[in-house]
Formats: sequence, C-alpha cells, structure tokens
Amino acid sequence: MGSGHAHRLYRHADSPVHALPPHCKLAAVLAFVVVVVSTPREAVWAFAGYALLLAAVARAARVPGRFLLRRLVIEVPFVAFALLMPFVSQGERVQVLGLSLSVSGLWGAWNVLAKGTLGVAASVLLAASTELRALLLGLQRLKLPPLLVQIAAFMIRYGDVVTDELRRMRIARESRGFEARGVRHWGVLAKSAGALFIRSYERGERVHLAMVSRGYAGTMPVIDVATATRAQWAYALALPCAALLICLLGWFL
Amino acid sequence: MHVPDGFIDAPASAVAGVVAAGAVAVSLKGARKELDERTAPLAGLVAAFVFAVQMLNFPVAAGTSGHLLGGALAAILVGPYTGVLCISVVLLMQGVLFADGGLTALGVNITTMGVVTVLVASFAFRGLLAVLPRRRGSVTVAAFVAALLSVPAAAAFFTLVYAVGGTTDVPAGTVLTAMVGVHVLIGIGEAVITTATVGAVIAVRPDLVHGARGLTAPLKLRVGGELVDAAPATPAPAPRSPRKVWIAGLVTSLLLAGFVSFYASASPDGLEKVAADQGIDRKVEEHAAKDSPLADYGVQDIANARLSGGLAGVIGVAATIVVGTGVFWTVRRRRTEAAGRTEATGRTEATGRTEATGRTEAAARTESSARTESSARTESAARTDETG
Amino acid sequence: MTVSTSAAPPPSLEVSGLAYAYPDGHQALFGVDLTVRRGERVALLGPNGAGKTTLVLHLNGILTAGAGSVRVAGLPVARDHLAEIRRNVGIVFQDPDDQLFMPTVREDVAFGPAAAGVRGAELEASVQRALDRVGMAAYADRPPHHLSFGQRRRVAVATVLAMEPEILVLDEPSSNLDPASRRELAEILRSLGVTVLMVTHDLPYAMELCERALVLSDGVIAADGPTAELLADPELMRAHRLELPYGFHPAPPVR
Repeated sequence: MGSGHAHRLYRHADSPVHALPPHCKLAAVLAFVVVVVSTPREAVWAFAGYALLLAAVARAARVPGRFLLRRLVIEVPFVAFALLMPFVSQGERVQVLGLSLSVSGLWGAWNVLAKGTLGVAASVLLAASTELRALLLGLQRLKLPPLLVQIAAFMIRYGDVVTDELRRMRIARESRGFEARGVRHWGVLAKSAGALFIRSYERGERVHLAMVSRGYAGTMPVIDVATATRAQWAYALALPCAALLICLLGWFL
Repeated sequence: MHVPDGFIDAPASAVAGVVAAGAVAVSLKGARKELDERTAPLAGLVAAFVFAVQMLNFPVAAGTSGHLLGGALAAILVGPYTGVLCISVVLLMQGVLFADGGLTALGVNITTMGVVTVLVASFAFRGLLAVLPRRRGSVTVAAFVAALLSVPAAAAFFTLVYAVGGTTDVPAGTVLTAMVGVHVLIGIGEAVITTATVGAVIAVRPDLVHGARGLTAPLKLRVGGELVDAAPATPAPAPRSPRKVWIAGLVTSLLLAGFVSFYASASPDGLEKVAADQGIDRKVEEHAAKDSPLADYGVQDIANARLSGGLAGVIGVAATIVVGTGVFWTVRRRRTEAAGRTEATGRTEATGRTEATGRTEAAARTESSARTESSARTESAARTDETG
Repeated sequence: MTVSTSAAPPPSLEVSGLAYAYPDGHQALFGVDLTVRRGERVALLGPNGAGKTTLVLHLNGILTAGAGSVRVAGLPVARDHLAEIRRNVGIVFQDPDDQLFMPTVREDVAFGPAAAGVRGAELEASVQRALDRVGMAAYADRPPHHLSFGQRRRVAVATVLAMEPEILVLDEPSSNLDPASRRELAEILRSLGVTVLMVTHDLPYAMELCERALVLSDGVIAADGPTAELLADPELMRAHRLELPYGFHPAPPVR
C-alpha cells in the first residue's frame, strides 16, 4: 500500500534546492520555462546555455543525471511527432541522406524538441526536489484559488487509495479467470470503471461527513503557511534571471 | 494529447492560459453552487477517479490498447462545472508532478482537454436528453453522442490554437485532417467506454449521474423503488427550451462540420502537394493512430488514402454519424425489447451491484445518510424547531 | 440502572424517544432511549441493519431527529449550536481512510482544533498531546496512506481526541485490526479516561472494554445492562442475532 507512483517522483536529499520554499521554486520554474519558450529557435547556443543551467541546478539538488534522463521518457510521443515534421512541413527543402526534408520543418522539430525537453527537465527537477505536500502549499501561496488547491490535495490524498481499489478490482477479475483481450471485454472493464466511480463518489461523501464531524464549514483552516525570505527568493530566481540574460542575448545577437 | 512546452508560441499560450483561468474561475463558482461545501472532497475524489481511470487499459486488438480520456464521462457524471474542475486539476497535477504536458502549455491543455471536451459533451448530452423521450435508453444514446463529439471537437479546437500560435509550419489543414480524422476514431472508443461506464453507474446509483437527475424520479416509481435515492440536492437543470437547445446544438455541429470541410479543402497546401503530401499524410496518421485505441481502423482508413485531406475528415465524421446512429438504434431496440436487462448485462450488473452493496451495513448507512444529509437537514429544519 | 439525583454534571449523552426515517421512507429508528453518564464506557451492540450507524450520525447532528431529542452534556443537538456539538462529540468512523483526509498526520490531527479557531503554539501543543495519547507522535509528518491500518485507526482516534470531546464515539473500532493492533487500541482506549460509546458487534471486545452494554435491535434499545450479564443471556443473544465467537465464554457476572 502507499507505493503509488506519485511517491517515486520525489528524491529525498539534503540540498539547498530542497530547502528552498516551494512557491519560490514553482515561480522560478515557471519563469524559466516562459523564458525558454520565448527564445528564438535560431539561437541554438542559447538552448545549450539553458541545458547547462539546468545541469547546474540538478547538481545542486543532487539529482543524478540518470534519474533525470529516465524521467524524460514521458516526452517520447512528441519526439516521434517532431521527427515527422521535417517530412511534413512546407517550403524550401534540403537533401539529407537521400531524403527530401523541409528546412523550416527541421527548425520546427528542433524548436519543439529543445523547448519541450528543457520544459520537462525543469518540471522533473521541481518534482524531484519538492515534496507533494510542499508543492500544494506552494501553489496555494502563489494565489491559486484555495478551492482548487483543496481539490488537488484531495486528489493527491486519495489518488493512491482509488488506484489501489482499481488494482484490487483487476485482481478480483483475474482471479475469476477473466482477462481483457479485446473490444468484446470492454463492457466488463467499463463496469469496473463504473463501480470505481461509485466507490470514489461515495467515499467523497463519507470524507465530507468526517470533515463536517470535525467542524468543517466550507473553508479549510490554514495550518501551514509557506514563507520565504528575500535571500531565498533571490536564490530561486537566479535560474530564470540567468535564463533571461541568455534569452536577451539570443534575441539581440 | 498533452502538449509540451514550445509547441505553441508564448502569446498564444498566454491567451489560452487566460481563457483556462477564466473557465476554471467560472467552474469554481458553478461547482460551489451545485455542491456547496461538499465541493472540495467530492471534486477531489472524482479527480482521483479520473486520474485512476486513465490507467485502466482497454485492449483493442493484439498488443494495442487505449485508455479513457474522461472529459465526457466527468461531464455526464458530475456535471460541467465539477467536470471542468476535475479535469483541470488532473492536468495541473500531471503537468507539475509528472512533467506530462508543459507548464507554459497548461492553458492550452486545460482549454482543449478540460474545457472543450467537457463543454461539448455536456451540451450535446443535455441537448439530446431534452429532445429524447425521458427514458434510461435516452441517457445511453445521449452519453454515446456526447463522448463521440467531445474528442474530435477537442482535436478541432487544438488545431485552431495551432493555427493561431503553432511554432511549426505544418499546414493547419493537414493538422486538422490528421487530428480530427484520428480523433473521430478515438472518439468512437471513448464513446463506447463512456456509455458503458455511465450505464454501469445508472444501474446501481442512478442518482449519482448528474446528467440524468431529471430522470431518476419517474424511473424509481417504475422500478418499484428498490434503489435508495434521495431527492437531488438541486432540481434538475431544466433547459429553458429543449427545442432551442437542440437546434443550437445542431447548428453548432453543422458549423463545425462546415469549418472542417471548408478549412481542409480550401487550404491550397493540402491539395497542391499531391504526391508528396499524401505520403506525408499517411505518416502523420499512422503515427497518431498508434496512440489511439483503434489503430486497426486507422490503418484501414489509410489504405484508401486517395481522398484528399479535407474530404477524408468530412467522410470520417459522416461515417461516424452513420455508425453511431446504427449503434444507438441497436442499443435502443435491445433495451426496449428486453424490458430492462438482457442476460449478459444482467449478470455483470449483478456483480456490480454486489460490489456496491456488499459493503458493511455501517458504511452503506453512512453513505445513504450522506446523500440525504443536505435534504434531510432542510426538511427537518421545521421538525427541529418543534423538538429542540 | 441508577438515576443520580444529586446536582451532578449532566450526562454526557442523553437520547430520548429518537425516531428517524430516511427520506425514501425507510424508517431506521423507532424511539431510542439511552443515557451515557460521564466517564462511562458503553458498548452499543446490535446486528447488521439495526440502525447503529444511523443513531451515531444523530449524535453530532449530521442527521436530524424526526422525533425525540439528543442532548450532549445537557446541550440539545440542534442547528444553532452544531459547531459546539461537533466539537463535543468525537466520532471515529469505521474506515480510517475516510477520516484521514489531509496530506499529513499532523495536519489531519490539527484540522479539528484549527476549524474551531485554535492557532499557533496552542494548536501545535494540542496536536502533540493527541498524538502522544495514541502513541503516534513519531509519525506526525507522514502521509496517512503510508501507515498501517492499525496505525491509521489510532491516528483517527487522535484526530478526534485533539478536539477534547465530551464523548468519544467509535464505529466498529476493532474491525480489520490484527490481534496486536486490537490490543494496542484497547489499551489506548482504556487509558484515555473519557466517556466512550463504542458501536460494535465484536462482543469480546465490548466485554473487554465496556462495563455496560446496550443492545439496539429493530430501531429500539432492546436491552441495557452490564456487558457480561447481557452476553451470558443466550435467549437475549439469539433474539437479536448476536453470537459469541467459538470458544468464547463470558465470565459469570461478578457482582
């Protein structure tokens, strides 16, 4: 129990990056990604600079490169898409190894790959160095509507519970000799999904009862507040500021 | 469909972000009105459900499988407001935690997969329920159409965003054809699964299906009232004028179809790049179809890829409508003939029921009381005055 | 039963003539009368469907009486002081996963007092105290779903204790616990020294912890007396679908 995959995202370590307040990290990552996305794609060296920045952060956060690379796998569907672009795009064409490739398509593929990869890497670093609970506090601190944060908190709290129920249903199905093999079995799977919905919803009702029983009246009491010192902000924002510098150079050089 | 960073340029991402924020704000207000203080736990659990159900793999054929996207399902089960919230939270968490979908593309992802799917689905669902006879079969039909429309609609919307702010110059017509074509097929899978899931919920706890709330009261009378369902917390949202809603829906889908065919056929790129482009089309579709739960259909579709871009999409839509209608008719006829349950579904329904009722007395009571709490409180407010 | 006539504090719980029907018409309670004096530990026994949980939900005003009344420490359960009632009646639900809804144990235990407006050091202290009482202080920063079932139930008890309730209501506290966790929980409950109403059909557990027992059957209190006496009455037990586990013989009542 409790070995949900959400748990494996976080790598515990005692590093300066881990110690930063969550909302500073969130803001820094968001700003960094915005800067990366706004960089002209022709400034190839700028992306190398960003990659170096992230590598430095990863080092400071004691996140091993292998962990980072493994988590980049999430990007694969879009890599496949990017690889198609040079074939699909319009305009001027070049011959590479006997294939006719579109120049703008090549740039487009590069653009998506570079920016997408940097974005994923930045998010992975954030998740690896920040606990789930802290992320929620950070979102709350960044003025995300409290109700939305609460919903997210409940989702995280019960994600494992619900996934576990799903797993138990599968085991129950398989124990009775059922194995979904094709479209014919969708009905049974959908029944499981339906049962799962009912269980989830009813659990939601019971959770509400438990909350009401302990004095809940519509608003969650604020117990933890993430606070940040000026120095911490400065430290966190060093990443996007350095990136911004590179970006500006990219535009003007 | 999770869009990564860098796929849509910064200004378009920002606009999508604002739109998404607005939609979420409206939904927060709407959900609170519907669920009041129960919003957080209920929406949170439904979000956890959507998150989990996306892991439920539906095998298609040897080796391939697909999963539910859940937008239409959420819209039908918990209503549009809560639906938008749940999907948005799931996307937010996927973006922040799993790096699935870029942070800057969060707005795009929420508007496409959260807002458009849920809105189209709930609009279609309510519109159909308004014109169809008040029967359980109608819910099935409406759920099917709603889910079927929601997926290609999201794909079309994504193409629109792409046309405005795409960072690559793949012609929008080509993207549209590929996206909508493929997603019509995905939509069929989504529709079948959504319908079956909604059916499974209706069989056990009809009161939980938000979209079918108006149907529960008359149904209960006919069944004999063996189901414990309380008066719904909010009266069924009676559409102001069913016919108007329906006509509006029809016009919208026609416009959408028109837009599809117009855009596709009017884009000169799609037509001029004859030979090369067709090879390319094939590749795009092939790739995209690999992710889809209906890869086989995708390959078949490509076999007669002589059709130019726009036509393929239109024909795809038309074919879907024909197939879809066929399915509704069959389903409806079977429903009415069997007067309730066929043997096969009866058996599985029974297991579903056991799962749901096989809980302990205590839990069951708690649940039913939870359901009735709000109504009970208001109902007995007067009584309390006497007693207290 | 003795009725105290002195000016003692009002009983922790006083239920009289309580009847309730669900909105679908199904009536679950048909006039329940019971009193739990301060400091008592009372078991509420009854077969499935007797209305036990329905009764429990009346105790903190989640369900409102159709007829009759519920008083907690002399205060009637009614809309105007629901907040106070809910602080005074601590219900531990059957499934700790339903009760532990916050991301960490500490926040969960803090939820009740924080909702009542307690903040800062005082909040911290009451969380600490509650966790100490159930022996879970070392787990304060753990997410609930990383705990074992027994630990989760103990934390669930702590969440309620943190509110310093007048009466602790436990719904099937021993369900799903292994013998060791069961014993640990029993020790904790015995050490608390608060009024306890324990809803259960685990008869040995009731006998172990509660000197007095009530039998709820068909929506009314069918028997009320020392637990050992009730359990030793085969007629009564059979009439209300209560069965002792194989090999378990209640000791004859010591009077």
